Amino acid sequence: MLNCEEATALCSEEMERPLRLRERMALGAHLWICKGCPNYRDQMKALRDAARAYAAGQAITTEPGDAQPRPDGGSV
Amino acid sequence: MSAVSSSPSAPLPGSVAGISAEALISLRADMLRFAHLQLRNAEIAEDLVQESIEAALRHSSSFAGQSSLKTWVFAILRNRIIDHLRTAKRTVTMSSLVADDEDWQENLETLFNDKGHWRDGPRPASWPNPEESMQTRQFWSVFETCLDLLPSNTGRVFMMREFLGFESDEICVQLGITTTNCHVILHRARLKLRGCLQSGWGRPGDGTC
Repeated sequence: MLNCEEATALCSEEMERPLRLRERMALGAHLWICKGCPNYRDQMKALRDAARAYAAGQAITTEPGDAQPRPDGGSV
Repeated sequence: MSAVSSSPSAPLPGSVAGISAEALISLRADMLRFAHLQLRNAEIAEDLVQESIEAALRHSSSFAGQSSLKTWVFAILRNRIIDHLRTAKRTVTMSSLVADDEDWQENLETLFNDKGHWRDGPRPASWPNPEESMQTRQFWSVFETCLDLLPSNTGRVFMMREFLGFESDEICVQLGITTTNCHVILHRARLKLRGCLQSGWGRPGDGTC
């Protein structure tokens, strides 16, 4: 039976290559009984989405209210 | 800095085919942060951002406006960074990998008990609503901080993979490391980032560990 340390490694591995059948089954069995690792796996996907959004320039760097350029930033 | 105005025949910055130089300049700080996170070298980041802004002005007619200006300019910048990384082949030295390794064992021990199961504090709790959080500035500032805290090789590999879309095979070749090594580095990056995001943002008000 996998422990959480091994399961998290597989959660990363599956983002790089298709897991082998035996790995998939072992991971599936672990996720079934583990409280933390299913969240971990979801968060790996969220992390990838966030990284892609960031790299696409979609990060929010100003609040809706403060669309103004910095007041001290000279004239624009 | 002044390169934009150095070509007398070019249409002057201000407004080129619907793109204003001011709009581009206002994205500069975000572009610099992005480039710097990936490259960890202020000078190169500065150069690539400048080149990207100039390229955006030169090719402003190809900006069709279906995407936001920022998305378009970031695509230009990403390509510049990819080209830079491909030409400036930089291998990761074994000693720097070992250095990245040194705090790794300790890090693992804070996360997992001796049976390899999650300790109570770091055990991943569910993130209530990631999509919604991604609409806040707070999330992204934590995100940037966490990326910056990654050891430099770990960060480099992670960002090549997730920001620039390199396949892990190409990362191995670029950096002269084995596939296994590369996957191990990615796993470490993800484990660290996740923990950092969770403590910085995932559970506000719950500051365990």
